[in-house]
Amino acid sequence: MAATQEEIVAGLAEIVNEIAGIPVEDVQLDKSFTDDLDVDSLSMVEVVVAAEERFDVKIPDDDVKNLKTVGDATDYILKHQG
Amino acid sequence: MSPTNRTVVVTGIGATTPLGGDAASTWEGLVAGRSGVKPLEQEWAADQAVRIAAPVAVEPTEVIPRPQARRLDRSAQFALIAATEAWADAGFEAKAGEDPNVDPDRLGAVIASGIGGVTTLLDQYDVLKEKGVRRVSPHTVPMLMPNGPSANVGLAVGARAGVHTPVSACASGAEAIGYAIEMIRSGRADVVVAGGTEAAIHPLPIAAFGNMMAMSKNNDDPEGASRPYDVGRDGFVLGEGAGVVVLESAEHAAARGARVYAEAVGQGISADAHDIVQPEPEGRGISAALRNLLDRTDLDPAEIVHVNAHATSTPAGDIAELKALRKVFGDDADHFAVSATKSMTGHLLGGAGGVESVATVLALYHRVAPPTINVENLDPEAEAAADVVRGEARKLPVDGRIAALNDSFGFGGHNVVLAFRSV
Repeated sequence: MAATQEEIVAGLAEIVNEIAGIPVEDVQLDKSFTDDLDVDSLSMVEVVVAAEERFDVKIPDDDVKNLKTVGDATDYILKHQG
Repeated sequence: MSPTNRTVVVTGIGATTPLGGDAASTWEGLVAGRSGVKPLEQEWAADQAVRIAAPVAVEPTEVIPRPQARRLDRSAQFALIAATEAWADAGFEAKAGEDPNVDPDRLGAVIASGIGGVTTLLDQYDVLKEKGVRRVSPHTVPMLMPNGPSANVGLAVGARAGVHTPVSACASGAEAIGYAIEMIRSGRADVVVAGGTEAAIHPLPIAAFGNMMAMSKNNDDPEGASRPYDVGRDGFVLGEGAGVVVLESAEHAAARGARVYAEAVGQGISADAHDIVQPEPEGRGISAALRNLLDRTDLDPAEIVHVNAHATSTPAGDIAELKALRKVFGDDADHFAVSATKSMTGHLLGGAGGVESVATVLALYHRVAPPTINVENLDPEAEAAADVVRGEARKLPVDGRIAALNDSFGFGGHNVVLAFRSV
């Protein structure tokens, strides 16, 4: 059963909260990981690995650089989830 | 900049140790003669020959916010906690530059550890084996690198004059403080945050030190296991934590009206060239370090009233150090109140020189020598060589200028002696 957009945002919010300490309610589609959510390049790798596991999706390193916002990541996961 | 010969003073102290989460509670524990040694209750400890250690009294994750803590090795967490305390204790209100009383280009950081991020290294290897390549943390390298604690402290205070990490096993923390003194004395910095940290309570280091026969196996009596100078001593007890001081040129401290705990007189250094792990039994290398200290500083042996000894509770090492003190100082050693605070904190390896420098500075400041606990039967060789402070803390002379030494020696034959003096 594939996750909905809402479920993906909620899941990413929990991951970002765990890794960067940002309150879950602040993790919104339009937020930039680096500029708004305190996720630097190393922590972004952690977010990606946690999201891969949670949503059963593979996010190759070459694609990670295109995931600037929570919305970018949500769209990517919606499209590629297994 | 031309070399100078500036006076260096201690203006801030910080610690997190088996006795307390800050310098004040650590000092209180030391003076009260409290042991920080406990049984190891973790599952992995069950089949170890050594099942005791001295963990920190306050878990670092109770102090450091989780997002920051999860990207710091435990040794860096300790260093950051102790350095943050020392920085505030020195009267600085923000990082260098933001606080106009310190110029980032004139600020250094020198924090050492003996082993580095060993728990990160081993835990991430477990992750690699159990969960695969993809799950290894991207923070692993900056967490395990031995300069990690120094670099993180440097970042926190904004140090741009130089950030360094001398490594010399159990002498590392003392070597860091000695290096920092020289940075200021030579004119390269005005303020340096310096000390040592260690976090190695993990099955591999405990198994390895245990197999070297270096550690106490007195598992049935944790609080009595670290017993320097007692005839029944059977090795050290592993401790963890950090001790950090803020060192400053006397002019810089005076210009900003800082409180001064003590003068950091200088360091004496030597190497044994004897054995990779065994101490030279007659203490020749230690004697050389003590002579080096006297040659390089204006320290007067008549002023010395206290020694925070290296004394780890090993049969050979404890006595070699006392013999060296007697050999170099002769009758002056009669007025040295010798304290082995590892009897209470355990041995913090690279953190020892940091924590024991904090203890030495506070001993001068409060004019009290902490006790050596667990000395039930004083080794006759120790009794012949030195005046060991046993059982209870002892008052130091209330009048006049007094000085104290802090000895640290490390596997590899490294000998570092630091001298502090009242102001």
